[in-house]
This record gives sequence, C-alpha cells and structure tokens, in this order.
Amino acid sequence: MSEEVLQQAAPGLIPGSGTARAAKLTRLSPSFISWLQAGPMMLVFLAFFLIPLVFVVIVSFWDYNEYQLLPAFSGRGYTDTFEGCIAQLPDLCTIGRTYVMTLKLCFMVWAITLFIGFWVAYFLAFHVKSKTWQMGLSLLCTIPFWTSNVIRMIAWIPLLGRNGLVNSGLVKAGLINQPLEWLLFSEFSVVLALVHLFTFFMVVPIFNSMVRIDKSLIEAAYDAGASGFQTLVNVIIPLAKPGIVIGSIFVITIVMGDFITIGVMGGQQIAAAGKIIETRVNALQFPAAAANAVILLAITFLIITMMSRIVDIKKEL
Amino acid sequence: MTETTRTKGVSRRTLLKGTAGLAGLAAGSGAITGFPYVKSADAKVLRYLGTAVNEGDDISKQCLKDTGIKIEYITATTDDVTKRVMTQPNSFDVLDTEYFSLKKIVPSGNILALDAKKIKEFDNITPVFTKGETPGGKKIGGQGTAPWKVLYLEGKDSKKFATSATEFVTLIPTVYNADTLGIRPDLIKRPISSWSELLNPEFKGKASILNIPSIGIMDAAMVVEASGKYKYADKGNMTKEEIDLTMKVMTEAKKAGQFRAFWKDFNESVNLMASGETVIQSMWSPAVTKVRSMGIPCTFQPLKEGYRSWASGFCVSKGVSGPKLEWAYEFVNWFLSGYAGAYLNRQGYYSAVLSTAKANMEPYEWAYWMEGKPAEKDIKAPDGSLLEKAGAVRDGGSYEDRMGGVACWNAVMDENDYMVRKWNEFIAA
Repeated sequence: MSEEVLQQAAPGLIPGSGTARAAKLTRLSPSFISWLQAGPMMLVFLAFFLIPLVFVVIVSFWDYNEYQLLPAFSGRGYTDTFEGCIAQLPDLCTIGRTYVMTLKLCFMVWAITLFIGFWVAYFLAFHVKSKTWQMGLSLLCTIPFWTSNVIRMIAWIPLLGRNGLVNSGLVKAGLINQPLEWLLFSEFSVVLALVHLFTFFMVVPIFNSMVRIDKSLIEAAYDAGASGFQTLVNVIIPLAKPGIVIGSIFVITIVMGDFITIGVMGGQQIAAAGKIIETRVNALQFPAAAANAVILLAITFLIITMMSRIVDIKKEL
Repeated sequence: MTETTRTKGVSRRTLLKGTAGLAGLAAGSGAITGFPYVKSADAKVLRYLGTAVNEGDDISKQCLKDTGIKIEYITATTDDVTKRVMTQPNSFDVLDTEYFSLKKIVPSGNILALDAKKIKEFDNITPVFTKGETPGGKKIGGQGTAPWKVLYLEGKDSKKFATSATEFVTLIPTVYNADTLGIRPDLIKRPISSWSELLNPEFKGKASILNIPSIGIMDAAMVVEASGKYKYADKGNMTKEEIDLTMKVMTEAKKAGQFRAFWKDFNESVNLMASGETVIQSMWSPAVTKVRSMGIPCTFQPLKEGYRSWASGFCVSKGVSGPKLEWAYEFVNWFLSGYAGAYLNRQGYYSAVLSTAKANMEPYEWAYWMEGKPAEKDIKAPDGSLLEKAGAVRDGGSYEDRMGGVACWNAVMDENDYMVRKWNEFIAA
C-alpha cells in the first residue's frame, strides 16, 4: 500500500514496480509536459478572456435600438464614435479630444509613478538591509488600497477642497488671498490620486528586478572607479529595465481604462476613454460601448507593443 | 487497493446519508419554529429589484408581519435596474422602477402588466397619475415621460401604450416627487427664484448638475428656457437641433468654469453642498434634508419655472405566474394600504394613495409634509431622528403647490442615442 502511494507520488523512484507506467511517462515529450503545465491557465484565459473578447468584437459590429441588440452587421458603433472627426478639422472630435486627454493623464501618471517608484524601490533594495523591513515597508505601499473610491473622494474634499486643510493653511500663512480652486476636481487632483494609488505597481516589479542584481557587480563598478551616478546609469538602470517595463505596463493599462478615479477626482468633468464606454453601457447602447472598448484595447495594445520593442521582456526574464 | 476504494465509497455514502438527514432535520425544524401560518414548503418570498428609494428595512419587516411575504431586496442604480430587466428578466419577481424607463422596458416584453381590477386602492390613486392634475384640480405640466402617457397598455401582452384607460397597468404607482435646485442660502445671501441662476456667472465654479445624461439635460433645458434663450415644444423629447442648442449653452458654461463638479450619487451631492464646494445645484429632496440635519443651512428652492418631476411604481417580471403572481398582487396591495405610504411621506417623498397614508400619519405630520403648514411639533424622520424643529415650514409648501408646479417629467427621448453622444462631447469639451 505505502509502496503504491510512493510510486504514485514519484514514479520511477522504486525500481521494479510499476515500470510500465513510469516508462510511459518518461516517453512523453518535454514539450507535451510544458503544454500540460500551461494548460489550466490557458483554459482559464480562453474561457474568461479570449472568448468574451471575441464576443465584444462581434457585438461591436451589431446594430441596436433603445432596448435590444440587433444581430445584423453594422458599423454604426464605429462611425458614430468617429463622428465629426473629418468635418471638424482642424478641431478635434469628441473621441480625439478624449484620447488626447486620456494619453496626457496617462503620460503624467506614468512619468511620476516611475520617478517615485524607482527611488522607493532603490531605497528598499539597496538601503534597507533586513528582509523583514523590506517586506514591512513594501506592505506600507498598499495602504491606498485599503479604502473604497467613494470614501477616498469624501476624504479628499476636507484636504484639498475650497475650505479644506491645504487651502485654509495657505490662506492663514498669508501665501494666498483666495483659496486655490485647482486643487480639487482638476487634472491636478486626478493625477495626484492616480499616482497615490498606482505607484505601488511600479515599486514591486522594479524592486524585484533590483534585489536580483548581483551586489558584486556594483562593487566591481565602484572598484573600477565609477561614480555613484555612473553606477546608477550604467549598471542599475539597465539591469532594472525589465522591472521598469513591467511596472510601466501595469500603470499604463490601468490608467488607460480608468474612469472611476478620473470621474470622482475630476468632478466628472474630465473625459476618459473608459467614461465613454460607461455612458454608452448605461444607456443600453452595448454595440457602441463594445466598439469603444475595441478601440481602447487596440490603442493600449499598440502602446504595450511599442514598449516591448524597447525591452525584450521575455529575454530579460 | 480495491478494498480501500470500497471502504471509501461506503464512507462517502454514509456521509451523504448523514447530510441528507441533517438537511431534512433543518427543514423540519424550520417548519416548526417558523411562523405558524407559513408552511416552509411554500414560504412566500418575492425578489424585489429596485433603487434604494423605496427599499427600507422597516417596510420589509412590516410587510412580513402583515402579510407573511418575505421581501428580498436587490438594490441597483437606476441604469443598472433597467439593464437587469433587459438582460436577466428571470432574476427578479417584483420590479420597482421609474416611468421613464418604460419606453425601454415595455417594448422588450420582459415585464407583465398588472390588472387594475385586482388593485384594491386603484381608484384612490392620486389623479396626478391618472389625469395629470392635482386633487385640487391644478393641471400638471406634461412634458417628458409623464406617467399618464405610459400608464396603460392596449392589452395584456401588448407592447403599445394605450391612449385611454384600460385595465392593464404598466406600473402601479408608489412614490414620486418634484425636484428643483438646492441652494446654500447662507452663502448666496439673496433670494433665488429662477432656474437661470444655475448659469449665473456670480456662482462661477460653485454650481453643479446631475451627471445622468437623460436627467441632466432636462435640468439644462429648464435653465435655457428660464434664461429666455429658447422655448422647447417638449423638453423631454428634443429634436437634434434642440439637443445641439442645449448642449452648446452647457458647453460654454463648462468651458467658462461654471461647474465645480457633476454628481451622480446621493452622497456626492450631499458632500458637495455640505462642504461648500457648491452653493447651487440640482438635488433630491432627502439629500437637502440630510445636509440640513448636519446643521448646515440648505434650501430646496421652489423656482418660478416649476419643478422637474419623477415617479416610480411596481410591475412584475414576465416570468412570474401562479401563486407567486398572487403574492405580488398581495404585496402591491399591502404597499398601497398606508404604512409604506406614510413612511415615504415622512421622508419628503409623496405616496400614490394619499387617503391611506394620511390614516397612518399624525395630523401634525400631515399638516407639515402635505399641507405646507408650520410644524406644530418637532418633525422626525421614520428612524426617529430630528428633521425639523417646531415652527418650520416645508420648502415649496403644500402638495398642491409643489405637484401643481411641475413643469416636466424625467424622460427618455426619441433621440436618446444622439443625446448620449452629445453628452460625451460635452464632458470632453
């Protein structure tokens, strides 16, 4: 009995018993085994990502009325979306303006989270010596996720609002006469909230790349007479590149699709690609929403492709 | 090896037996300890889909006590309720929705019209719904999706609204109100009497509207009309040119920085107002009450151009039949019998059957909420918290004055698709 169990757990361990099955297993090609290993994840991906995505693409070419989808081919979702894009030139059409705004926010958030995230990761990897402290301090970065969006919005008003802490502090200090209006419900507050939320997604992959840098490389650079800055630029940044790219992909994909934080912090007055989809879905115009989702996906995919051109993540990992 | 398998199998079977026994025991004990008049086999349960307006724990508890019907609330936003009716019509029994949604819901064929003859109080429903006038005979504005335009269907399974009364009712009315602008009198410091004040540059960066396109554009239309720029044939059903014109006015105001923020959620509106971020905005009656209960002055300001009104009611899913349909009728009849009506009136809404609600309210409460008289005693919310001190008068006055002053109703336009696109353009501007 026990022999049998052992043999099941580790076939081939016990010579002379169950040889036939063990032989069969070893005959399986390595590529088949790797397919087997990737299989479960692939199935999950297929069922919950690829198939729904195919449906979204199909529905984006359907027609619709006030209360139902009409499964007949129609490019209406797309033509409506790009309505006026040629007629209004040189002014931008709705979708053009929306994407300019989305990309602008995306770029600002990306640049700031990268800067802050890089230095936080650098500090954690090279200046914090104990593993426990490294762990504890990275957990601190997750604090912004402990609250819901609604709570967060309510919490920002007393801080950044017209009568909020920052404004009343500045007025009392005599630095300004009038409360600053742009502190809340503005691009500033949107970027602030997004940076506050998503710097964490930069810290983790960059930190992960940095701790794997062989310390002797840095010592070698030092011994060879490199300054701290030269070591950073020529050793640390190139070796942390995979982390930087992965973190960037996280931040960019999340910000491109975000409409809740942009809505809440922008006072619902700032356009976002995700917001258009939401408005369409709420009006039960599913094909138009699907068309916008396909466009968003295509643009995000384009950005990611460009980034992976710069760094071959597969190779670097 | 085989031996072990069998033993395992037996033990599994034993386990199953045991579970079944336990389940049976649980079911049995349920029947014994439950309400004696409800057999556990046919426990009366209704899944109730709606927004939070009508859904109170007090209401469902009282309903269970009076009728033995257990209400399971499924709460969603107005948009999500409609979405659910379209995509998952079997996921609910009773639907609580607004009249303006009917233009989408009825053609989908996913709801069942109720039989007016089975509604005990149907003839006592306020003429606001049936005739478009107040009990005192004041004619009510009918722009938009006014309830009396969509109250009846031509036949039991018809998807067409009847022009005259039939026995097939789309929604049995329950609750409604007249909405207007909320203001902060302490920060504005002068009387406000017109919708046009929303775009007054005096309130630059301190105004807000509702970010639900179909409702937001109606408020915008009230403003456009009040400022004398244009007179609509029907604010609730604009032509493309009218939509363009309305959105142009709003876009200019947005670019000039008139709006602080748009709100979508009850709490957002309360916070904007209470924090002083906005001083004038479209608002709902209970939100104004909430700001006031925080000790901050806030007025639900009656305006000379009138109110924008909304109304909601009950129907059932088309999947409901047999005894469940009877329970649904029983529930709707109970809802109109007074307790729920009084509960809603005390929150600042209005109940559809006034006589039964009146019988369930104290005379001083009725005088304050419905007759616009100064409160004889402190006015309390249904949960017992203090809303107004003795001597206060309700903003806008009596039921006759408020409902009689309604100019238009929440609506879904024929050009809804175009309007939504224009709204996105407005947000992107």
